Amino acid sequence: MFNPFRPWRHPVRLLRAGCRIAVSLPISIFAFVIVVVGLALSVGLIPVLLAGIPVMWALFAFSRGLGHVQRSKFAVFDGTRIADPVPPLRRPTWLGRIVERLRSTERWKEIAYHLVALPASAVSFSLASAAWCGSLTLALLPAYVNRMPGDSAKFYFFEVMNDGGVWLACALGVVGIVFVAPWVTLGLAAADRSMAVSLLGPSATAVFEAEREQLETRRSAAVDSAEGERRRIERDLHDGAQQRLVALAAELGAAKERLEHDPVGGREMVGRAHDEAKAALAELRDLVRGIHPVILDDRGLDAALSAVVARSPVPVGLDVQLTVRPPKHVESTAYFVVSEALTNIARHSQATRAKVSIANTANRLVVEVHDNGGGGADAARGTGLQGLRDRVAGAGGSMYVISPAGGPTTLLVELPCRS
Amino acid sequence: MQIVIAEDSVLLRAGLTRILADAGEEVVATVGDADSLMTAVERHGPTLAVVDVRMPPTHTDDGLRAALAIRQRWPSVGILVLSQYVEEQYATELLSTETGAIGYLLKDRIADVAEFLDAVRRVGGGGTALDPEVVGQLLARSRRQDPLERLTRRERDVLSLMAEGRSNPAIARSLVVSDKAVEKHVGNIFTKLDLPPTEDDHRRVLAVLQWVKG
Repeated sequence: MFNPFRPWRHPVRLLRAGCRIAVSLPISIFAFVIVVVGLALSVGLIPVLLAGIPVMWALFAFSRGLGHVQRSKFAVFDGTRIADPVPPLRRPTWLGRIVERLRSTERWKEIAYHLVALPASAVSFSLASAAWCGSLTLALLPAYVNRMPGDSAKFYFFEVMNDGGVWLACALGVVGIVFVAPWVTLGLAAADRSMAVSLLGPSATAVFEAEREQLETRRSAAVDSAEGERRRIERDLHDGAQQRLVALAAELGAAKERLEHDPVGGREMVGRAHDEAKAALAELRDLVRGIHPVILDDRGLDAALSAVVARSPVPVGLDVQLTVRPPKHVESTAYFVVSEALTNIARHSQATRAKVSIANTANRLVVEVHDNGGGGADAARGTGLQGLRDRVAGAGGSMYVISPAGGPTTLLVELPCRS
Repeated sequence: MQIVIAEDSVLLRAGLTRILADAGEEVVATVGDADSLMTAVERHGPTLAVVDVRMPPTHTDDGLRAALAIRQRWPSVGILVLSQYVEEQYATELLSTETGAIGYLLKDRIADVAEFLDAVRRVGGGGTALDPEVVGQLLARSRRQDPLERLTRRERDVLSLMAEGRSNPAIARSLVVSDKAVEKHVGNIFTKLDLPPTEDDHRRVLAVLQWVKG
């Protein structure tokens, strides 16, 4: 539903929009002058021994810098980040680079913005200041109309005397301040922004391309992570349960022989085989639970992490604050992150204490694992951390490791929760 | 003791039946899913139901839900829950029923037949049997780490065994100390944790676990 008071719901945003319109004008004038002079000079000087070429080089350099200024203007006043779409130069020679610049659509769009920005910001500035000043003048009319010559104020064809007309003008002014001026300000600011986004920002295809690339990275990270996980399971089964079962079968075989002539020794061997079987069970249980515990689907992260935390040889504090249940794949990734991080801590950190904190906002889950160990963990070197990074990247999340030499270490993982 | 076994693995079901029968207990019914378990308990009114957590139809926590339902409808039936993994959350749900004759063990424990039978008889007799792994998880998740740290190492061992549901003589056997020493440790623990003293082993478990949960 349309709410006429909407601009006033965020007065700071309104103030920022106003300031941006005011600041735009001087920047645009400066940029316009430089670009117009640069364009005219460079084109005009080409016949004079190609003297236009260095000027053109300067024009592109200035346009580039001014483009940055304009983009940061939006970042400062709106918090809108306009990505810089201009591709880096590739050619090695000076002349080649000029040609490259000349053929770049993004650079010409930047120059076009500088040319359009002046009239646009001039119009914006005039309209916005007229709306605010005009409204204010009318609204305050009852206060000063008596000081005016002839106790009256003239507006073009109308003349307002100190009677009902003053209050009508005042009412008009108030309406102007409350509704007209704010809407005009926001509307002009939005128009300027969309112009900047289309001329200074990346084109729709470039945005699409960047997203495609990001998805590709994610996909290969997910594949790497699944591959690594399979290798780890194979290794764990091979080194653990499988070896134990071999030993168990051998022990039982030997016991069978022994029992016939030496019941005491045979019983001892059966006892050892029994221990071996129990150890194999425990190892299989740990392995299977590490892959994906049923309780994670059943009762969620908090319940599932109890066992992980209890199994850690380093005492771990666990704090899970979830307002909604994250999607299953996010829970599963978070579970993996915590198990792996705690395994790493137990193996490498020499920590005496660790803390796991998990919290969420509407659209992301944040996992923090902190320990008081020796620090110096590096994702580029440790294979454990690389596996974590791949798994997190595969889920579209990001991972940060803060681990100065001497400790402490903090691992921070953010996972998007769109299902 | 009359026992109903609910376990979907045929092999393990046969193994359990043999172990219990060899020990002189009467297995009155063996079933493979949660619904048949309810029917069997209704028909036989056993002393004890041995229940696997993960069973058909959904293969998640069907056994646990059936156990809670049995506890509500037939409170006199003892329940021993077995599982491939033990989870603190499931233990909390089981123990929230506040009555005795509850057990929750890893399936691995069946391999130590004597200890397993001891647990079966304890639960059948109205007591408690919690797996050491569950107790470990409960202690690790306790919000009251500070008072726990005030306990000596020996006292923590005794606390864990108490929480598993063992009697003083059993604790003494397991730690290879005298009954007198155990009684002294138990007294110290109750004083340090500010718990009301109680003789009944099961009430003692509940008191300790409630304290741990905070």
